Amino acid sequence: MPETPRIVLAKLGFDGHDRGLKVVARILRDAGMEIVYLGLRQSPEGVASVAEQEDADAVGISMHNASHLTLAPLMVAALRDIGLETPVIIGGIIPERDVETLLQAGVAAVLGPGAPAVEVVETVRRATGEASG
Amino acid sequence: MSSIALGVPELVERARAGHRGAIARLITHIERGGPEGDEVAALTASPAADAHVVGITGAPGSGKSSLTGQLLRCLAEARRAPAVLAIDPSSPITGGALLGDRVRMDGVAEGAFVRSMATRGHQGGLAFAVPATLRLLADVGFDPLIVETTGVGQVEVAIAAAADTTVLVVAPGWGDAVQANKAGLLEVADILVVNKADRPGARDVRRDLELMLDLGHISGLEARSGRRAPIFSTTSTTGEGADQVLAAIDEHGADIVASGQLAERRRRRGRVEVTGRVERLLAARTEDILDSDAGQAMLEAIEGRRLSPAAAAQTVVRDIAKRM
Repeated sequence: MPETPRIVLAKLGFDGHDRGLKVVARILRDAGMEIVYLGLRQSPEGVASVAEQEDADAVGISMHNASHLTLAPLMVAALRDIGLETPVIIGGIIPERDVETLLQAGVAAVLGPGAPAVEVVETVRRATGEASG
Repeated sequence: MSSIALGVPELVERARAGHRGAIARLITHIERGGPEGDEVAALTASPAADAHVVGITGAPGSGKSSLTGQLLRCLAEARRAPAVLAIDPSSPITGGALLGDRVRMDGVAEGAFVRSMATRGHQGGLAFAVPATLRLLADVGFDPLIVETTGVGQVEVAIAAAADTTVLVVAPGWGDAVQANKAGLLEVADILVVNKADRPGARDVRRDLELMLDLGHISGLEARSGRRAPIFSTTSTTGEGADQVLAAIDEHGADIVASGQLAERRRRRGRVEVTGRVERLLAARTEDILDSDAGQAMLEAIEGRRLSPAAAAQTVVRDIAKRM
């Protein structure tokens, strides 16, 4: 795992609930990570370009508008299209039955609603560790 | 491709060909320090590479990032190739950082290279990796280079040493004329910007700044520096005034080349960088010594008032000199 993981956090498209993303940003910051916070209304291509410039170790996307089955695979594809293997972690309102589909689509991990801080940190550490190892 | 497995020389080659992922990875090497960081510094120290380094500084929330975003928009319209280093503070407790500058830039600045950087313990509003990263960005062809400092107060003037042109951003509500006349940032700024000019109080701020510059004229400071900083009003939510600020930045850049001040500023920059590196080396050795048994004994003696901190410092310095 990189000594100071750098994580890009964003929400995609029309999805205005960013409270959870701000909480996650704070949890990861307090775990010693560097968070590039992009906030609302981003595009998969835009986030991928930022991940490239920031040499990010992971991209975290928060989703609350049921667009995850459409946008999460597009996020993974946008990164792979520019040659990045950066792991994508999805959080927010993700029904249990969709998790396997997202993992099949190349998402590294899914954090469901109510995931405690320790789990959030552990999941991100594991994802960045696997990517750089 | 993945840049991960590539060595530094290959990354430098790719970076010079415009590969953004390679540039980003090289900056990571510089930030981490160590042998790779030194290798990047050695390979990108070309004296031919030159770029105008512009510092944007000011208090937290004054609008540095939003103004930077608007400058990027103007630069994109002029088909220039800017890069930005946006610095935010690391937590002194956990080492983590919330890098929240580019959230205000990306919407207006497609195509620019923007890198967020945490201070990682460095003081003065910048990060230790800034000078070497600026050399890399100049080497791969970006110009101008914009460095946005952390939100600063009155004494963090490191940016003036790191930049060719320093822009100070202030916003309504920042303080009165007495604040303006205290030493520090205002003295080192080459260009003053009153941001949030649509807000109440913006005119008062401008008046206080004018007054402050008038007093510099009376006191003789203006004659010594040979220049009176121009003041601009901007509204970053609309982009109003950003083009004038950019024109002033360009003008200042040309002025200091013509007057020979640029060479002088860069010589001073070299000095500051060397001093900073020496301080960092000595600080690391000092920590090592204080962590040792002898160091712990000294700290206990200080706690028991049997040894003065000044005497302990002398001992540490002698110890470092002996080991070097």
